[in-house]
This record gives sequence, structure tokens and C-alpha cells, in this order.
Amino acid sequence: MKLIFAKSVEGRRGLRLPASDVPAAELPQELLREQSAELPEVSELDALRHFTLLGRQNMGVDTNFYPLGSCTMKYNPKINERLAALPGFTELHPMLAQLPEGEQYCQGALALLYECEKLLAQACGFADSTLQPMAGANGELTAIMMFAAYLKSKGETRRKVMLIPDSAHGTNPASAAVAGFTCREIASNEEGDLDIEELKKALNDEVAGIMLTTPNTLGFYNSSVAEVVALVHQAGGLAYCDGANLNAILGRIRPGDLGFDAMHINTHKTLSTPHGGGGPGSGPVCVAARLLPFLPQPKVHKNAEGLYSLSEDAPQSIGYIAPYYGNFSIIVRAYAYMLMCGGNGFQRISENAVLSANYVRERLAPWYEQKYERSCMHECVLSASRQSALGVNALDIAKALLDRGFHAPTIYFPLIVPEALMIEPTETESKQTLDEFCEAMIAIAKLAEENPEELKKAPLSTPVGRLDEVTAARQPLLRV
Amino acid sequence: MPFIANTDAERREMLAFLGLDSMGQLWQKAQVPEPEFDFSQMPEGISELEVSQKLQGLASKNDNGLICFLGMGHYDHFIPAAVGEVLGQSGFYTSYTPYQPEASQGTLQAIFEWQSAICRLSGMEVANASLYDGGSAIFEALTMSLRTLRRRREVVVSEALSPIYRKMLDTYCASLDLKINYVPALDEKSDIEGILAAVNEQTACVIVQYPNVFGTIEDWSAALTEIKAQGALTVCSAYPSALALLKTPGEMGFDIVVGEGQPLGLSLAFGGPYLGYMCTGNKLMRKMPGRIAGQTKDTQGRTGYVLTLQAREQHIRREQAMSNICSNKNLCALAALVYMTVLGKQGLREVAQLCHNKAAYARQRLSAIPGVETLGDSPFFNEFVLQLPRPAESLLAELLKKGIAAGVPLGKYYPGRERQLLVAFTEKRSKEEIDLLAENLEALL
Amino acid sequence: MKLYAKTHEWVQVENGIATLGISEFAAEELGDVTYIEMPALDEKFAAGDIFGSVESVKAASDLFCPIGGSICEINEELEDEPALLNQSAEDQGWICKLEKINESDLSALMSLEEYLAFVRE
Repeated sequence: MKLIFAKSVEGRRGLRLPASDVPAAELPQELLREQSAELPEVSELDALRHFTLLGRQNMGVDTNFYPLGSCTMKYNPKINERLAALPGFTELHPMLAQLPEGEQYCQGALALLYECEKLLAQACGFADSTLQPMAGANGELTAIMMFAAYLKSKGETRRKVMLIPDSAHGTNPASAAVAGFTCREIASNEEGDLDIEELKKALNDEVAGIMLTTPNTLGFYNSSVAEVVALVHQAGGLAYCDGANLNAILGRIRPGDLGFDAMHINTHKTLSTPHGGGGPGSGPVCVAARLLPFLPQPKVHKNAEGLYSLSEDAPQSIGYIAPYYGNFSIIVRAYAYMLMCGGNGFQRISENAVLSANYVRERLAPWYEQKYERSCMHECVLSASRQSALGVNALDIAKALLDRGFHAPTIYFPLIVPEALMIEPTETESKQTLDEFCEAMIAIAKLAEENPEELKKAPLSTPVGRLDEVTAARQPLLRV
Repeated sequence: MPFIANTDAERREMLAFLGLDSMGQLWQKAQVPEPEFDFSQMPEGISELEVSQKLQGLASKNDNGLICFLGMGHYDHFIPAAVGEVLGQSGFYTSYTPYQPEASQGTLQAIFEWQSAICRLSGMEVANASLYDGGSAIFEALTMSLRTLRRRREVVVSEALSPIYRKMLDTYCASLDLKINYVPALDEKSDIEGILAAVNEQTACVIVQYPNVFGTIEDWSAALTEIKAQGALTVCSAYPSALALLKTPGEMGFDIVVGEGQPLGLSLAFGGPYLGYMCTGNKLMRKMPGRIAGQTKDTQGRTGYVLTLQAREQHIRREQAMSNICSNKNLCALAALVYMTVLGKQGLREVAQLCHNKAAYARQRLSAIPGVETLGDSPFFNEFVLQLPRPAESLLAELLKKGIAAGVPLGKYYPGRERQLLVAFTEKRSKEEIDLLAENLEALL
Repeated sequence: MKLYAKTHEWVQVENGIATLGISEFAAEELGDVTYIEMPALDEKFAAGDIFGSVESVKAASDLFCPIGGSICEINEELEDEPALLNQSAEDQGWICKLEKINESDLSALMSLEEYLAFVRE
């Protein structure tokens, strides 16, 4: 589709502004830009049409089954959108709460933040939480920075190494690096779990801690997680839980009970906030008691009379992770969702998520290789290795699914499974949808045997076909 | 039930297909232990109606009837209805990161258009798909400078940069082997001489704000030439609404421009989500963190868009990634794009002019109050500092009772500036509202 | 005579100047090369230091210096035309040259036969 700039005509206007009710004031000419910014000049209708048509070119959860592994593409409740848009929330300047007696005018918002923090901490088995991190990776970084601050406060400056499983998401080592640690990879064993013997070899007095995804990125629950955490603690390190896969254990296992010192949650995964095409998300972090002094500030407090206020008097706090209190509108959605779920709801979520993933896995088992023959949690990792021997790889399968009206699962992750297809149905998808998806996957597997060339052409039904990513990287064209 | 699709009967069918009689058996097979915590201790789930009532109750306990003169990086600008309309389209908000580009051309083209628009606004050559917010964007610019000039470990930062952003920098930089040299401001101005004096061959970058935190407009062109002669990179944190009117950081010669995009169509929303933007020159393109959309062609020669230069990102480079950033603020960047489109070339300039008009009128009105002075007489955009006869904090609570959120007390951040109040004016502030501020302030003094 | 490192770089020394590149095998593994991050002139490296990286659409690999020395030349043709690395990794796709080299580092490297055997494992 034509770019909005190509639709512009000189002099065309969209929104009209009121006339100035005060005299015009001139700034010195040398301070002004020479030419106005070449922004679009279109009517409001043309603008709406343009963006509406663009939106229709996207697959989304509201229109397609979107089984991206580890992304938890569950339904985004519409009531959340309505509540987050309430003017009482949207029109509040965050600085207001920091003015003298300003918090009186923000009691609802402060209450929401406080209650949400406590609810999250309780659901996950921790002492408290922070809602400041602006995304999952930001949450990871926040947690690891708290580890660094804690170790420094104990004089443990030798501890500079973070242990990370080879199956980990790329943000784990990246976050650890930003927080000043070096990373050491620990191999997985043949069952896809962290190899405990390898772990023991790596533990020493230079180890700051471990970052574990639980369940792991292969979709497996490691029943020895508590043992791993204990081993790391014994060696003097801290344990971080990457909560990307929380949907699998919500309402059943609380990572805090397993001994973890900190954990981040992706509200846009587990707590139903929309993915927005790539953000905004939110990455709250829960902490165990020994990390409480290091939580970011400002922090919301509640006094005996039930009045909420902000405080910045924690001397060991790592400081400001966000400009204010976090992605508040996103937190409103997450909080509303948690209230609607309740403890009983959390249990049903993980049950259904796990059952659906295992059902899909079982249906596809005769057709797709599985590196690990064991029951999965909320997502299953298949391999297209059988098909790739016939010349059809995971990418081809993904594109073929697009033609059949499904968004593809995650492909080529985790790195330790060749031709990986990571499928996460979520609890909001019906059995009918799962069956339709499985039938499509089976049809594709058959086509790979009978007529692989067909699959190489896919996708044919999308607005564009396969795109030349090599030229895009060699000769980047990043704007007009 | 929280949006769970399947019925008990369907669940039994699925379990039967797995050869199991109960969910308990499946948990066992998956090696998941029995729950330790009794989740019935947590409140039970409530209905959509009940959650509506509860949250509407919370929303109503916030006072949004206050007239807002608060700024310092986040402003009460008017948001056209078209913005919300586009954001509410399911294709945009229920989709995910465009890793399958053929099914995400809407998102990818929008990112490409956003990148183009923010470049045109800032006068720079290339931009990324957005970062978390203006503060973390400054940190990303700092690490970008360190990666580019690998042997330099010092950074010079003006204290006329938002104190909130400086606090964030201190937090994010805590583990870096780095020396940050802060250069104090002089009244309402940045200490340009002081900044130049602080730059040496160890300086990786210099970070300044434009207009500065006090609202002052400063031309950095001459200073930049000197800084570049020392080989350091220059980073500008710029208020995007101002750039519609003012000389751009690109025109001045900055290497990296970052900022907070909230003024471009995003609600204040008590803290976010906000929108970090980052632009640079072609030379530093591959050092930029975050997602970037590029234009290319498909197998049939049709124009399409993809995420590109992904080899910089964490999912490929892991520890050596440009940053740990994974998501961007995609929907926020879309909001800003719609805002810039619906207002357009002329509209954005008009908004900026209106902001300045209101601020100029306010400055006249307020400085006419006996005892009230404006700090200095430098050119300003839509914000400036009032010097009051009493500590600013002592007046704010009273003004709140009169329905006015009068400004940000600078003494909170800058020792010695307890009598200074930072006041901001957008196109939303009417003459009547400004007069009300003046009358009430005068009455209190 | 070319010598190879376990990390897939090759080095060829002539008149005290060492030319560096990556093996054909490595170039193939990477797929279509999109960008090469070059070291700067006069930068000094020890054996094992990272001196640059090679990027493809889906992967990025660090380049490990097989021999200590100081960068005296970079292949500008390769900078402009990354595809050259896929076409001719061991000839026209050379990456950079070092002077003031540490000849003793060569003893830790492998011959072509040894390298091919190593790769086959």
C-alpha cells in the first residue's frame, strides 16, 4: 500500500485547532527551523482510511489463532480496554502525586498500584513486587540490577558470573551483560532439563546467580527446580526466575515457594494485556524478602487509615527504572484481569493451557519429530526435521500456515532444537480451533511428502509474498 | 471464568485422547508437583460487571478536574479522537511482533512511516521503531556511544537535563565502568562553557536537553563543532512538539537525538506507557539498538516491509547485543504517527505556536504579580521558571484546593531552587485558565 | 600457506604481513552475509581478541583474531559488497591485514587438512 506521504497533497489539513485566544508571540528567527517538517498533509478521512486498511493487513488474536510459543497470545478482554481508557486514569499527570498533598487527588490510582503489587506478589509467592519495569526485558534487567546491588551491599564483589541455560531467551544474557555480569552457559541434558552435574561444576565463589525460565523454554517443567535453586543458594548465589512461561503454572506452583529471589512477569503474556504489534508491555518484578530494600522507587505505601502515598526514602533502592510508576494503563488492564480471574481462575488457566498444549502435541506426534518424548506444559516444541529432509523447513511450514488462516508458531527457537516449531495454544482457544490447526499442520506434513514445491511458494494469500530480507539488511532503506 | 473456552465435556475428550482420566494424571506426567499454596486463600474471581464498578470507583477517586500546568517532560496536549480510533483496531492491538512479515504488513509499514516522520521532525537521517521512554532512550544513546568509541569511558551530562532522566541514568549506569561528569546549570540556562571545558579525549558523549528542563531554547550549533573536534559524540534529548517550530537538532549537528514521544498523542496516564524515540545519522545506523523496519520487495517485485538489521538484537547476539531491549512501544509509536498525520505539517506547527503563545501570555501575566519574577530572560518554548517570594512547595497545596496543579517545584530536585516553580503551557490551556492561575497565585502571595 | 583457527578464521603470512579471513565452511554456515563490522586501522589485537563480526540476516558471529598484530589495511571492497564473502571467502573476501605480527601465535593454528578434519567432526 502507498505510504501516507505519497498520499499527501500540499495544503490539505486534518484536524483544525482553535484560534489563539492570546496574542501571537514571535520567537527570534534564528531559533526557528528553516522549513516546516515534511509531515503528511491529508484529510482526516484519508488518514483514517489509510490506517484502517493498514490494520486489516495484520493478523491478530481477534481474527486468527496465534500460537506463538512463549508469547501467550491469549484473548485480550475488551472490558480491560474500556477501563484503562477511563478519564480518571488517562488524564492524570504522574507528577501530581508528588506535589505537596497531591496524593489526595490520586488515591484511586495509587490504590490500584499498591493493591496490584500485593496481589501479584501473593499469586507468585513473594514478599512484594514493583510495577515500574516498562517491559519484560526491562523487568529482567531490574531484577538483575537488584542482585548486583544486594551482592555489593554484602561486599561480594567477586561474584561477577551469571549462569544461564543454553535454552534461555536472548534477553537473559543481554540483561545480565547490561547489569555488569558475564555469562556462563549451562548445558541441558537429554531430557531438555538443566544438567545438574554441569551446574555443580560451574558453581563457585565467582557465581552471582542463575537465571532460569520455569517452565523452561522447551515447555518442560523441571521437577528439580527447587534443588537447582538450593544449590545456587548454597554456593552463595541468587536465583532469578524468568516468568515468561508463567501461564503454565499460574495457580498451581508459586516460583517464590521454590526459593527464587526474584521473578519477572510479562503482563502482555500471562495477564492478557494486548501485544500491540510489539508493545507496550509491562514487566513487573516480584522479590523475596532479602531484596526488599533494593526495590525501585518511588514506592506506594498504605497507612493505617488506608490512605496511599508515595515514598522515596529507601536508601538502598536501585533508584528509578521508569520515569514514574510504570506503564500504568497496562497495569490497569492486568489488575482488572487478575480480579476477574481470582485464585480459582488462575488454577483453571494453567490447567487448560497445559491440557491444550498436550492435546496438540499428541495429535501432531505421528507427523512431526519431537526431540524430547515427554509431556509438555503450556507449549510444545516440535521439530520439522523430518520435513526438512524432504526440503521443507520450519520456515516453509510457517508460511503455509499463513495461507490457511493461522498465524505461525514460533520458529527456530529455542536454539537447541533444530527446525523448531514452538506451539502455545493458550486456554482461551477452543478445542474446535485446536482441531482445525492440527488438521492444517497434518495437511502440510502430507504435502511435504507429496508435493514439497507447493509449500515453497507459500504464502500466496497474504498482501505480500516472501520478502527479500537479505537485500533489506545489505542495503537498508529505513525511511522516506 | 477467565475467558476459558473449553467445556468440561471437551476437557474429558482431550484427556481421553491422551489416555488419561484426570488433569491430576497429566500434571503427574508433566512432573509437576502438587500445589503447596492454597489458592483459595486468594480472592475469588469477580464478574465483568463487578470489576467495572470497582475500577470506575477507583478512577473517580482521582481528580481530573484540575487545571494542569505540570510539565517537565510529560505534557497535557490535546489528543485527537482519530488516534484512539486507530489504536482500538484489533489488527493493531491484538497482533504481535512482526516476525512473520507477510502477515504483519500493517504494523511494519506503520513502523516505517513512524521512522520517516520522526526523522523529518528531528532533522535526522534514520530512526528506530521506538524505545521504552525518553529516559531509557538516553541510556541507550549513552551505551551506543560507548560501543562506537570503545576506548572512551567518560560521559558529560548537563544538569539542565531532566532530573528524572538523570536519576534513571544513575540507576542504569550503576554497573558500567564509566565516569559521568555532571555540569551544573546556570539559572535557566545550560552552562555551555562548563560543558565544553568538561569534554576531553576520554569523553564518549555529551548529553544535553532541548529545550532544556527549564524550558529555555539554546542553539548548540557552535558548541557542537567544538565537541566534535574532541571526537566525542553528541546526544540531544528533544521535546518533539517543539521541533515542529524550532531549529532541529539535526540542523544543529547532533549525532544522536532521543526524546519522549508522549506529547505526540499519548495520554499522561499516570506514568505510561510512554514512547522513547531515537534517531541518528547513517554512519551510526548499525549501532542503534531496538527494532528497525526496512523497505524491500517480495518474490513478485511488490513493495513490502520487514524488520531488518536484526543481527544487532538480543535474540541473535545475546550477550553482545546492542541492548537487552526486546519489545518496542509499537502501539505508542502508531499513536504518534496517527497524531502527526491527522495534525499534519501545518497542524503540528500550529500546536507549537499556540503553546508558545500561551506561555508568552502567561509569562506576562505572572511576572506582573508583585513578588513574582521569571528566572532570567532567555527565549523559551512553552515552559519557564517562576521565582517566588516563598518556597514553591508552600503554595502548591493551596493552589490544588483551588483546582490548579500549578507547576513542578524545582527545589525537589535542585538544592537552592526551593523558591522556583516550573510552569508549562500547552494549546489546551485557555486564557481564562491562565488568568485563574495568576489571580489565585496573586491572592496567596 | 594458509593456517586455520578452531574459530574458523584463516591467516596467510607474507613478508611479515598477515591477511585474515574466514573459511568457506564458515561463510556457508552463516548464509547470505549482510554486513561485516571491520576493525579500525592501527587497532592492536592479541591472539583470541575479538576484532570484528560478520552478520547475516539471522545470525551474527564474532571474529577472533588468530594472530597478534596491528591492523594496517581493511578490505574496503568487502565493506561495500558483503556478498563477496560468500562468493570468495578465502580469496577476494579477505577481511583485513595485520603488521607487526606475533609469529609465535601461528604454532597454535591448523593446516587445511587438519582444519577440514576438525570441521568434519
